[in-house]
Amino acid sequence: MDFMNTFRLALRALARNKMRSALTMLGIIIGVGAVIAVVSIGQGAQYLVQQGIQAMGTNAVFIAAGSNRAGGVRQGYGGVKTLTVDDMNAILKEIPLIQQAAPALSSRQQVVYGNQNWNTSITGTTPNYFEIRTWPVQAGSAFSDEEVDIAANVCVLGTTVEKILFVDENPIGKTIRIGNLPFRVDGVLESKGQNVTGQDQDDVIFAPYTTVQRKISGITWLQFIAASAVSQEASVAAVAPITSLLRERHRIRAGDDDDFLIRTQADIADLQNQTQATMTYLLGGIASVSLLVGGIGIMNIMLVSVTERTREIGVRMAVGATEDDVRHQFLVEAVTLSMMGGFIGIIFGLMGSALISNFLSWPTLISGKAIIAAVIFSAAVGIFFGYYPAHKAAQLDPIEALRYE
Amino acid sequence: MAEPAAISTEPAIPAKRGEPVIRLENIFKTYDLGEVQVQALRGVSLEIGEGEFVAVMGPSGSGKSTIMNILGCLDRPTKGRYFLDGVDVSHMTKTELARIRNRKLGFVFQQFNLLSRTSALENVELPAVYAGIPAEERARRAMEALTRVGLAERAGHHPSQLSGGQQQRVAIARGLVNRPAILLADEPTGNLDSRTSVEIMDILQTLNVEQNITIVVVTHEPDIAQYATRNLLFRDGKLVRDSVVQDRFVAREVLKTLPTVEQQAAEDALQESKQPA
Repeated sequence: MDFMNTFRLALRALARNKMRSALTMLGIIIGVGAVIAVVSIGQGAQYLVQQGIQAMGTNAVFIAAGSNRAGGVRQGYGGVKTLTVDDMNAILKEIPLIQQAAPALSSRQQVVYGNQNWNTSITGTTPNYFEIRTWPVQAGSAFSDEEVDIAANVCVLGTTVEKILFVDENPIGKTIRIGNLPFRVDGVLESKGQNVTGQDQDDVIFAPYTTVQRKISGITWLQFIAASAVSQEASVAAVAPITSLLRERHRIRAGDDDDFLIRTQADIADLQNQTQATMTYLLGGIASVSLLVGGIGIMNIMLVSVTERTREIGVRMAVGATEDDVRHQFLVEAVTLSMMGGFIGIIFGLMGSALISNFLSWPTLISGKAIIAAVIFSAAVGIFFGYYPAHKAAQLDPIEALRYE
Repeated sequence: MAEPAAISTEPAIPAKRGEPVIRLENIFKTYDLGEVQVQALRGVSLEIGEGEFVAVMGPSGSGKSTIMNILGCLDRPTKGRYFLDGVDVSHMTKTELARIRNRKLGFVFQQFNLLSRTSALENVELPAVYAGIPAEERARRAMEALTRVGLAERAGHHPSQLSGGQQQRVAIARGLVNRPAILLADEPTGNLDSRTSVEIMDILQTLNVEQNITIVVVTHEPDIAQYATRNLLFRDGKLVRDSVVQDRFVAREVLKTLPTVEQQAAEDALQESKQPA
């Protein structure tokens, strides 16, 4: 019997018990629908995270001061005093992959304006830091390189600090107190929102690094260098030369640990993507348990169907159906059932993810891979769980099958 | 291997025409039921020629069902050889037997065994579907077979819309659609009233006489056996009598003596109206 005949036969057999077929398909529909929806939402989340990471500057390379060991006690990142502006200049000079670099060091200080006060992080840097971080100034302007050279008392506010200190006032040109020193507010940065770990990036004040080094922290070294490479690939490629340059400059012997840490934006993006993908796989895995249950449902119904139609099988065998003919008939029926469920599930999954992105204004990305996987998976479920009942049907003895009441 | 004629302990059959369609050589069938072994057939040898109309008789347990299953290639003999249309089918695989059933044999059952919710025409087409005959040719042949049993105008009806006699005629048409070497009927009239039984025998006799189709009928009713040309009597797994039918019934003649359905109904009504009085 050719395939089209078998397929038509399967459709007819399924149409004969519409309610039963629909209920049997439900397991697959829910399973596939859930997988499609979960993967779409997960990919949407992944897209959001990627956007967030890109907002931080895709070519960025961060070099943080590492820990050193003082008599076996490790001090944690930022603890060493070896990372300096000279290191930064050496990197800019000797490693052409690096386009720009900005020094940075932070200190937590109490800030006061009028009767408002706040405790926040003062980061000392140079104006090109805002370019490297792709973080434009929304009002006023950033401080200038000249102001950095003379260690002027000027600053740029993050939006969180601005909102707390200046309730209804325009902050530009006003003087705030940081620690014990007065600072003129030159500008306000655009809001960057939370970073990928949920930290408020706008709760910050930027000032010239020279001012922070000399007047606030009283140190001569840096906590980190924010650099940007010529491209995303270059940011990864620059890690090795920066490492050897800094090791050489810091006179670190072979075999000893680095006293600095280099992170590229690409690393962070990879990590985030991995976390997101793990979540998506996990949820998808849970959803596919439903597919498994659906498959068992199909097997159950197919076994019932084989028993119910024992006599029909006997008649078919008597008039010349081979074991293969009978096996194919029931297998095609099971696969038709599961694949129809799969297709309906895809439609439901797409509708579900569209609804979610509508109501939660959360982007969902329809994954072609997930759809193809759902189709293949539901066919596989049909074959796997349909094989045993089909085989049982094929193994029937025609004499006994014909006698079956 | 001895000549079949030498093995046969039965007298030569004068009614036999042409080459044998069926030749059984010393067939044994043993069912292994674990502790006991049941010998259903103990050395059966026989030949059935083309165009014969044979009735297989015997009490229950005589082995007549077993011989029917073996003749129908639904079962294989434990020992002995079975030639169907000149081909030894006694050692064929299940798949090969399915092909033989499909092409060389037509089945008619006591229970009709039509597929429900499937039209008469599609039921008749079924063996042709498994023979891989293209749809158009299949429908044409099925229609032709239905015409032969006088049911052409009922082709679109489902079994539930047909009477028992009509269902059995559809089953006969199904048995004929692949132009088999023999038509095997297992108690074909067992579920039918006497007039319809004779109608079915009429169809079988017509097919046998006019189209020279070889027919083997298993029955426990001596009346039905009288419509055949040759009777085989089985007892205890052996063929005990092989006889030519004397005074063969001709179904067409018998039908004339039987009341029609309408007459029967009228008579029944009369009987009923008399009873309360």
